Amino acid sequence: MAQSVTSMDTRHEAHHDTFKLLGFWIFLVTDCIIFACLFAVYAVLRTHTDGDLTGHELFEVKGFTAETFILLASSFTSGLASLAMHKGNKKQLMAWLAVTVLLGMSFVGLEITEFAKMAAEGATISTNAFLSSFFTLVGTHGLHVTFGLIWMIGVMVQIGRHGIDHLTKEKVTIVGLYWHFLDVVWIFIFTVVYLLGVM
Amino acid sequence: MNGHENHGSAKTYIMGFLFSIILTIIPLWLVIQHVMSKSMLTVSILLIALLQLIIQFFFFMHIREGEKPRYHVMALVLGAVMVFTIVAGSIWIMTFNSQVH
Repeated sequence: MAQSVTSMDTRHEAHHDTFKLLGFWIFLVTDCIIFACLFAVYAVLRTHTDGDLTGHELFEVKGFTAETFILLASSFTSGLASLAMHKGNKKQLMAWLAVTVLLGMSFVGLEITEFAKMAAEGATISTNAFLSSFFTLVGTHGLHVTFGLIWMIGVMVQIGRHGIDHLTKEKVTIVGLYWHFLDVVWIFIFTVVYLLGVM
Repeated sequence: MNGHENHGSAKTYIMGFLFSIILTIIPLWLVIQHVMSKSMLTVSILLIALLQLIIQFFFFMHIREGEKPRYHVMALVLGAVMVFTIVAGSIWIMTFNSQVH
């Protein structure tokens, strides 16, 4: 009797997990739609520069290339973190999460530096329609990354307290999915905003 | 953990990472060197970005995993349709809007 109850419990739990993960995928789809709207606005307004201050003059290849490689690397290290977690290696898991957080922080740092530099050159969110859509799109992504960093640090604190258990496993999986998703969005910012901008 | 569950291996992560680096360097090189006409270049780098997206989905986000039926894939396909409609539709209709040009 007791045994059958436990097996039903685990089955119930597994079922519950599937739906939690599905719920997160649905959130990612809605986030995709937000970014699609911002991309659509950018695509329409990118030529509306009112004369000077175009992407061609403002974007620096070195800066956005560094940001791209840092984010790609952080996506990779967050993957290695989940790999370490499935092996049950807590130390390795924490280390890879820490590397991911550091890479994410340097990404945000570079982005803030880039924005500050542009603002110093007189290119702010209110300068022209192109810059309004640029700062909204890239800034929204930057906020997502910042939020992801706070979230990941929170998960690290919980792993530190409780170790690798059922709940923390689920949390690492979901924050990892979120992080890979941000990388996917950045690929399109890199291509549509920066590469087409400097072309 | 169940035996049949697959969370990727170090090999798939490293392969995914290498692919994504290559797929970042190629469009960057194409743009800096101006090897094609502008419209060809635009189409090429957008296609490479799409390839990069597929790599991320399969190697990093393990889209083929999870219990069947794969509702998350269905949600993603629906999302892709909406994203395409919003972006392509906006660009298309604004192309014919004389007010914005």
